[in-house]
Amino acid sequence: MDSTTILSRRSVLASGAAAAAALTLSAPRPAAAQEVDELVRSLMGDVKAKEGKVRLKIKEVAESGANEPVGVSVDSPMLANDYIKAIHVLAEGNPYPVVASWTLTPRSGRAEVNFRMRLAKTQVVRAYAVASDGQVWVGKQEVKVTIGGCGG
Amino acid sequence: MANSDRVKVRIPAKAKKGEIIEIKTQISHDMETGQRKDAAGKTIPRHIITRFTCTWNNEPVISADWHQAVSANPFSSFFALASASGKIKLSWFDENGEVFEYVHDITVE
Repeated sequence: MDSTTILSRRSVLASGAAAAAALTLSAPRPAAAQEVDELVRSLMGDVKAKEGKVRLKIKEVAESGANEPVGVSVDSPMLANDYIKAIHVLAEGNPYPVVASWTLTPRSGRAEVNFRMRLAKTQVVRAYAVASDGQVWVGKQEVKVTIGGCGG
Repeated sequence: MANSDRVKVRIPAKAKKGEIIEIKTQISHDMETGQRKDAAGKTIPRHIITRFTCTWNNEPVISADWHQAVSANPFSSFFALASASGKIKLSWFDENGEVFEYVHDITVE
C-alpha cells in the first residue's frame, strides 16, 4: 500500500466525519429570539408587554436541564372583574420555545402556577401574564444549564 | 371512571368557604419529546400530555396546554378558591387519546 492510498483513505474517513458533523448540525436548532417573538404573537396577538407584576421563580443555575422547577406568580386580586386570564412560559433556547400556556379564572384564587421544565441549554426564560383587561406583563430570567434536558 | 393509579395528589379534605387552597399533582408519564433517538439511531416518536384541566363542581378552575418541554412525570401546583362542597376533578389528555382522571371530594364549611 503506497502513501497515496493511505492519504485517500484518510480523506475518506475525514469526509465521513464531516458528514456526521453535518448530521449533528441538522438536528433542531434553538430558536432565535425573533422566532420566539413570532410565537408570542401567535399566542397573544400583537401586544406590547410591560415589564413587572410577573415574578419568575427559577434557579439561576440549573442542576439538570431535564427537570427544572419553575414558578410564576403574578400580582393580581383575582376578582371577577380583575384577574389574570393566562400565563405563558417560553424558553428562548429550546428547540420548541413554548413550554406551557395556562388559562386561569377568578376561581383560581391566586395567579400562581408551579411546574417543572426541560431546558436545552443556557438561555433566557420568559413568563407572560395576560390580564382580564387585555394588558400583558412579562418577566424574564437567564438560567445557566450545564446538562441539557432535551436529548438522550 | 376510577381514579388513575398514575396520579398522585395533595389536596386538603376540608376548607373554609372563601379560603384559597393549594392543589399539588403529579402524574407518571414519560413525556417523550420526539427528539431522542433509540440505540439504533431511530427517532423515538413524540408522546406527551398536551392538555391538563382542573374543575370544581364542573366549573373551570385552571387549565393548561403543555408542550414537549414540560418535564417527564409532570408535577404541577396551583390554587383554587373554595366555593362549595363537592368534587375537584383533574384530567390529563395525552396525544394518543388516553385520558387520566382523578376526582377528589372536598368539604367546604
